[in-house]
Amino acid sequence: MALSNVLEAPAAGFNFENSSRNAALQAGLEGQTPRPMKTGTTIAGVVFKDGVVLGADTRATSSEVVADKMCSKIHYMAPNIYCCGAGTAADTEKTTDLVASNLTIFSLNSGRKPRVVMAVNILQDLLYRYRGQIGASLILGGVDCTGSHLYTVGPYGSVDKKPYLAMGSGNLAAMGIMEDGFRPDLELDQAKQLVRSAIQAGILNDLGSGHNIDLCVITDRGVDYIRPYQESQYKDHRTNKYRFRQGTTPVLTDTVVPLELEVVEEKVQQMETS
Amino acid sequence: KMEKVCDAQIKGVSTGTTILAATFDGGVVIGSDSRASIGGEYVSSKTINKVIQVHDRVFCCMSGSLADAQAVTKAAKFHLALHSVQMETPPLVIAAATILKDLCYRNKEELQAGFITAGWDQKRGAQVYVVSLGGMLVSQPVTIGGSGSTYIYGYVDAKYKPDMSREECLQFAINALALAMGRDNVSGGVANLAVITESGVEHVVVPGNKLPTFHDD
Repeated sequence: MALSNVLEAPAAGFNFENSSRNAALQAGLEGQTPRPMKTGTTIAGVVFKDGVVLGADTRATSSEVVADKMCSKIHYMAPNIYCCGAGTAADTEKTTDLVASNLTIFSLNSGRKPRVVMAVNILQDLLYRYRGQIGASLILGGVDCTGSHLYTVGPYGSVDKKPYLAMGSGNLAAMGIMEDGFRPDLELDQAKQLVRSAIQAGILNDLGSGHNIDLCVITDRGVDYIRPYQESQYKDHRTNKYRFRQGTTPVLTDTVVPLELEVVEEKVQQMETS
Repeated sequence: KMEKVCDAQIKGVSTGTTILAATFDGGVVIGSDSRASIGGEYVSSKTINKVIQVHDRVFCCMSGSLADAQAVTKAAKFHLALHSVQMETPPLVIAAATILKDLCYRNKEELQAGFITAGWDQKRGAQVYVVSLGGMLVSQPVTIGGSGSTYIYGYVDAKYKPDMSREECLQFAINALALAMGRDNVSGGVANLAVITESGVEHVVVPGNKLPTFHDD
C-alpha cells in the first residue's frame, strides 16, 4: 500500500464520520429518504483462450423506476484490468474509481503494470473493512504477466477465482447459460457469444436488468470495449423535436449594469527562469 | 435478494461446511468440502478452496463467514511468516493455531469464523488444533467442524484409531467427508484434502462423482 496510496494510509475500522449527518438528514426528511440507485443487473465474465470477456446489461433502477437506460457497468481499473459492478450504483462506481486511482499511482511509483490479483486484494481489504456497508458485488477480469484471470469480490469481502462468473440480480439466469455453454479454451467469438447469451438471459428473465448489452474483451494485445454490443429492441422514437430556435422566448426588457471594479492591491513577483 | 439475513445465520457468503483433520502415524490429514452458500439455499460457489496453506507444513480449514475466514487467514499468514522470519526457523503448529485464536478471540464480537489448524513441526510432530467461534483453542488427535460435522460424529467416534497408516487415515477422512456431504445441504462439491508429513505436503482432490458411495446412494 505504500506505493499506491497518495493520501494517508487507511485508518483501521469503519469510518463513522457521516453517521450523525445521516441521522440528522433522516430526521429532517421524516422517512421520505431517497432510495439509493441500484444497478439491479446482470454481469458476467469468462476466461477464454487469449484473455477475458466481460459483459453487462445497462439498466439502473431506483425501486420500480428505471433510473438510467444506458448505464455503464464495466468500469476501467487499469489498461489491462476492467471491473463489472453490481449492487448500489454509487458504491460500485466510487469503489472502482478509488482502486483505479491507486493502481495508477502504483504503476507510476513502481514502474510496473498492476496485476489483477493486486486489484482483488485491495478491493477485498476495502470491502471487508466496511463490513458489507459498501454494497458492491464485483467481477474483475484482466490479463497480466501471469496470465488471464477472473475474480469475484462480494460486498462482505469474500473472494472467489473462477474461469466463468455471473453476479447481480440476474445471475441465476446468466449462470444457467454459463454452466451449459462454458468450455475451457474457448475461441474469441464463442466466448463473446456465451457472455452475450448469459446477459441476454438476465435481461429477459430479471426485472432489474435490461436494455443493451456491453462487452469488454481484454487480451494481452489490448482492450476492445464494445458499447453497445447488442442494442435493445425496445428503442423509443421521440415524435417531437425538443430543440427550440433562438428567439422562441421573446425578450421583453434588457438592462445593462456596469460593475465598478477597484484595484485594491497590486503585487509584482519576479519569476526565476534562469 | 442475495443479502438474505436470518437469525444466527451468516451474513453474505457462508462456507457451509464440513471440515476435519486427523493425525496418523507420521503425519496429519486435513480436509474439507468445497461448497459456498448464501442464505442456506443458494450455492454461490461449487469449488471454493477452504484448505489454506498458512506455512510450509501448516494448513488450516475455514468455517463460518467466507469473508471473515478469508480475512483472518490472510492476517494469520502474514503474522506467521513474520514470526518465522524473526525466529529463523519454521513455525510450530501451535504458533499458527494461537495466532488464529488470538484474532478470533480479540474480535469475537465482529467475527463469525472457526478454524481447524493441522500440521507438522520438528518439536511435537503431527498435531491438530481447533479454534472455535469464540476463540477457544483445543488440541485433539482428530477433530471435525462445520455444519456437516454433526452428521459424522458417530462415524468418527467409531472408526478413528490413533496410529493408522497414511492410506487408512486418508480413506477415513474421505469417507467421513462423503458421509457428511451426503446429508448436509450446505456441504458438497469436491473433497479437498492435504496430507502433511515431515517430508512434505500432498494435495488430494476427490471429485464429487468419485466419492465413496454407501448403502442408499
